[in-house]
Amino acid sequence: MKAETQNRGINYVSLKQKLSNYRKHKVSFVIMLLVFGCMLITLLSVLVLILYILIKGIPNLRPSLFSPVYTEDNVSMLPAIINTVIMTLMSLGVAVPIGIFTAIYLVEYAAKGNKLVKVIRITAETLSGIPSIVYGLFGYLFFNLALKFDYSLLGGALTLSIMILPVIIRTTEEALLAVPDSYREGAFGLGAGRLRTVFKIVLPSAVSGIFAGVILSMGRIIGETAALIYTSGTATNIPKNVMGSGRTLSIHLYVLMNEGLHINEAYATAVVILVFVLILNFLSGKVAKKLKN
Amino acid sequence: MAVIKERVMKYVFMLTATISILAVLLICYFIFANSIPAINEIGIINFLFGKIWDPDQDLYGILPMIIGSIYVTAGAIIVGVPIGLMSAVFMAFYCPAKIYRPLKSAIELLAGIPSVVYGFFGLVVIVPVIQKIFGTSGKGVLTASLMLGMMILPTIINISESALRSVPTSYYEGALALGATHERSVFSAVFPAAKSGILAAVILGVGRAIGETMAVILIAGNQTVIPKSILSGVRTMTAHIVMEMGYAQDLHREALIATAAVLFVFILIINLCFSAVKSSSEREGKKNKKKISTEKGDGKEATGNEG
Repeated sequence: MKAETQNRGINYVSLKQKLSNYRKHKVSFVIMLLVFGCMLITLLSVLVLILYILIKGIPNLRPSLFSPVYTEDNVSMLPAIINTVIMTLMSLGVAVPIGIFTAIYLVEYAAKGNKLVKVIRITAETLSGIPSIVYGLFGYLFFNLALKFDYSLLGGALTLSIMILPVIIRTTEEALLAVPDSYREGAFGLGAGRLRTVFKIVLPSAVSGIFAGVILSMGRIIGETAALIYTSGTATNIPKNVMGSGRTLSIHLYVLMNEGLHINEAYATAVVILVFVLILNFLSGKVAKKLKN
Repeated sequence: MAVIKERVMKYVFMLTATISILAVLLICYFIFANSIPAINEIGIINFLFGKIWDPDQDLYGILPMIIGSIYVTAGAIIVGVPIGLMSAVFMAFYCPAKIYRPLKSAIELLAGIPSVVYGFFGLVVIVPVIQKIFGTSGKGVLTASLMLGMMILPTIINISESALRSVPTSYYEGALALGATHERSVFSAVFPAAKSGILAAVILGVGRAIGETMAVILIAGNQTVIPKSILSGVRTMTAHIVMEMGYAQDLHREALIATAAVLFVFILIINLCFSAVKSSSEREGKKNKKKISTEKGDGKEATGNEG
């Protein structure tokens, strides 16, 4: 195994030995090649996808694509970018408090073997498995039609907040569980109540874990299309208020491709989305590192 | 005062915790209540097994879409699972410690790329390639399968890697000590011990593939007929809903919602399978651990590649 060969331990196997071993066991050799080949395919698919879009897209990033108002001529994506930011903030604003409170209940308050906890776990798991188009249809039927929101940013944001809820709950729960019990015992011993312990001791030490969940959800919100197309709609500019329709960046890309008229602008939009995703990935890597320490 | 606050907050936490239950109930209610009238009017047999979808003639058979979803998902599994499993084996048993981090973040990146970007990539890269090789329109089962196979890779790799890692090292070491090669030890001793975790990865991949919408809609061709070959166009249930919801009226609209209900039932079944497999894999893990703890002092941490 690799770690051992590097330490040159007692069971160190030289390359020559390895090769002669493979000569004796042809099947093993073939399997080894297969393993390396498959990893190469995986790696190549990431690299090709990202490089292709960046190389084809960056030359298409013209300043007119970032003018404040969308028109037929400039096909500006700035309104879509701003809508995406608004959408992200609103969805997080709804889902994060609910998710954190739910996780607090599950970890800090509920007794072991509580029936409610079981039901909440099952529903959270169900929520995380529902495809985004089903969310979209539900949002359309519930927020847009039953609550008469019509096509609106608010309807879209509420739909998305249900969608990201299981992610926030799960990551917060993990973060809370990782806080050592001695912290809680110490706080109780000093006379703090449960509420005070949770907010002053447990939550602050779980902050970076919660943040990881928030980043993960941001990625989902930015990339979401199917859940938004019938809830927040495809209007091209920034709406006057949250009850107006507006498209996010991903919907913008989808509509551009569907119309097929602005393929260069679609490349540029894909680049901007990818850059957002890369930034989020970088951030989550940082947070993960911090968590480990 | 403080006591009252404590008590009030406890109920506040409890009430917020029930919101996710409420959300699931609402989703079920709105999807199913809106689709039952349509299913009653069309007739469940005609709806599920009707081969023709033509709203102008009041024919609402979604069999082509159900079969389309199944074909495309099966294709994604055929493409994605072998590559994903082999990559997971690489990550767990072959990867030099130095390149582990970069590879892991590349896989994470693959998971983070939005489906609409995948669809775009498929449209501008995979579709023309298939077009050139086979001389067809390029959009069809094969294209969608390749694309979805790529999209489920990170799910398969991450879950099966952790399943492989959770197998006690003594399995591997034992096989090695008996004279098996590295490959043989991994595939004959460790792999079978991790099988339920790997199965869970595959099921999750199925769930992701069947629910995928935006990538598929752009590259699958979207004809409402049962595909005759892997090159002919296909429409999945998800694409079906997105494409027609915009202009559908009355019964047509309700039939689309009913399609979502069918999709939802598929997903619920997949979820059930997943939790059944997961709990059995957890039991297996405990069993493995128990075996180890009886062979005192052997519980050393696994392959040591992580971090």
